[in-house]
Amino acid sequence: MKQTNPKKSTPPLSVSNLSMRYHHKPVLTDVSFEIPEGKTIAIVGPNGAGKSTLLKGIMGLEPIMDGEARFFGEPLTHKRLAIAYVPQREEIDWDFPINVFDVVLMGRHGQLKLWQRPSKIDKEIAQHALEDLGMWDYKDRQISELSGGQQQRVFLARALAQKARLYLMDEPFAGVDVSTEKTIIELFKTLKTQGKTIVCVHHDLNTVGEYFDWIIFINARLIAAGPVEQVLTKENLNKTYGGRLSLLNDLTETMYRTQLNKAHDGD
Amino acid sequence: MAGFELFPPPSLWDNLRLFWQFEDMNVLWVLMGSVLLGMSASVIGGFAFLRKRALIGDALAHAALPGVMMAFLLFQTRDPLIIFIGALCSSFIGFFLIDWLPKNTKIKADAALAITLSFFFAIGLMLLSFIQGMEVNNKSGLDKILFGQAAAMTEGDIKLLGYVTVFVLVTVVLFFQKFRLIAFNQAYARTLGIAVNRYELLLALLIVMSVVVGLQLVGVVLMAAVLLTPMAAARYWSNQLAHILIIAALLGALSALISTQISYLAPAMPTGPWMVVSLSVLFILSLLFAPQKGLIKQHLNYKRLRQKVAEENVLRTLYKLHEGHPFSHHHFTQADIQSFRNMPSSCLQNTLKQLCKKGLTECTTQGFTLTPEGIKKATQLTRRHRLWENYLNEQAALSPDQVHQQAERIEHILTDAQEAQLQQELSNSQQDPHGNQIPSSVPSSIQSPVHSKEGGGRN
Repeated sequence: MKQTNPKKSTPPLSVSNLSMRYHHKPVLTDVSFEIPEGKTIAIVGPNGAGKSTLLKGIMGLEPIMDGEARFFGEPLTHKRLAIAYVPQREEIDWDFPINVFDVVLMGRHGQLKLWQRPSKIDKEIAQHALEDLGMWDYKDRQISELSGGQQQRVFLARALAQKARLYLMDEPFAGVDVSTEKTIIELFKTLKTQGKTIVCVHHDLNTVGEYFDWIIFINARLIAAGPVEQVLTKENLNKTYGGRLSLLNDLTETMYRTQLNKAHDGD
Repeated sequence: MAGFELFPPPSLWDNLRLFWQFEDMNVLWVLMGSVLLGMSASVIGGFAFLRKRALIGDALAHAALPGVMMAFLLFQTRDPLIIFIGALCSSFIGFFLIDWLPKNTKIKADAALAITLSFFFAIGLMLLSFIQGMEVNNKSGLDKILFGQAAAMTEGDIKLLGYVTVFVLVTVVLFFQKFRLIAFNQAYARTLGIAVNRYELLLALLIVMSVVVGLQLVGVVLMAAVLLTPMAAARYWSNQLAHILIIAALLGALSALISTQISYLAPAMPTGPWMVVSLSVLFILSLLFAPQKGLIKQHLNYKRLRQKVAEENVLRTLYKLHEGHPFSHHHFTQADIQSFRNMPSSCLQNTLKQLCKKGLTECTTQGFTLTPEGIKKATQLTRRHRLWENYLNEQAALSPDQVHQQAERIEHILTDAQEAQLQQELSNSQQDPHGNQIPSSVPSSIQSPVHSKEGGGRN
């Protein structure tokens, strides 16, 4: 997927020939794209299209069958500190005994060695992150006492505290209130002026054109990727939401089941 | 190995006195050892508890049994270090099996745990009966590790116990931040570039070490409870993980103290069951009496809420009665109140008594009436009730018949700020959907009665 990058700098994220599976079922097949720096990018597709899986694969949280993801031209391990990941809220045990400030401080742990504790500077960074999201007043709250929108803000503050250049977010707008949604949009704008890149799994087609500069359409494979005005077309939407290519799906599954991908020479 | 038959069998009281005089230094050492074990097992078990892998300790303890027996068989010795290493090895084999099975077969995690646990325990028991049939020295006491026996511990055992538990506690303190991060959000920790696998292994090592070293004291069968019950109890006392772990450690220490003492006073008593029983008692006490989350406190909160609701309901009913009788007539009987509100007589009497005590109503020979203070409160409640009805009617498009029930509940929890917000958002804050006037937020000192079309029916 060629994209027009005026700066000609290395893209913050480039994915090439990425394939992932769950047991023998293919989830993503041969996904390749590059994204430009300093933009907001939505990953869009129907339920079960592999949007979250794509993010997890990119972040090394789930095994990749084939292909690779590069960050600023390097593998993930060389660029960890430049990338912040925001997991889905549902994946967390919100009963865990911890308060808001300590959760946000976790964002600083990538920089800390072994048993090192967060320093004064780390705490200031965490404070700024909370203030940016309007959550400083809640810093001593138990996370179980937060509303859905507040939980999401805490997660975003934690990602902010990482001081990254690329943000990967899994459904940050899912189940949040209107004011949180506005706060997140404001945050995106601020981050963009700082030249940061934001990639979001997004499910709301009504807002995708308004909130994002770029869209990556996915349904088990890459449908289209590019600037909103170019790719947000009826044709792409039909392809994305119109069901999968059953033959591609079935044959890939058979390939995994028979371990053909391993048996084939030259792999 | 010095025996502990120092206590002749006189009265229990004498024994207790002797015990606490520490005439035998060994008693002191065993006591300290068991306290340390109680603390370290509670703390490390706490992390397993938080990570919802509570049963892992149980499986690891059972998996240690064949290691103990094999070490004894191979080296024909009870040297604590050799036994410890043997137990450590077989426990770790069990750990990796539990980890490997779900990843590489169709067996799910819980089944893998149960299969491994019983398999290792069975082998351990077989080896134990084999050893007991053999003609070897110092085999007696090996069976004690099934249920634990503090009095059977040797000096070497206690020294090893001391080293290991202190090591466990120090490591947890050092790596607390990382352990907490991984327990809270493992995937996120990975994205930060933290070597999660290494910390997981360290955590597993600490659990295995605590379990293995605790076998002499608590026994294979009941080790899990010592790992988990303190944490389960401590969660009732605090919301801060650091505090919770400290409380868990104290509970573990306390139960170790109690059970070790009992094991000494009545040498036939195994330590493990006593430790678990005392821990469970501590858990039940926490469950009942914890200041915030305890059942009793929660019940009291509920009762207080019910009382508050009943009082506010009576105030509102009196307000409505006032509304319905604009002239002079300001005293109402219980029958008047009950005609407006379904309420058991006993409850009504109680509530009225409370309201009189608080100075919100007055009781005269003619009946009950609102004091100026009571009018203020009742006006506020009625205002909130009717504002909410309007809100539901205007913004949520509920019909006037539907809004009353909801407002009956919401009126008790609306705050001043929310009331102001309601007023702002409503286009009509003069009359409620039933046509009753909504009183202003600053009530005139004397009730200004209002004629309502429906005679103060449902509002």
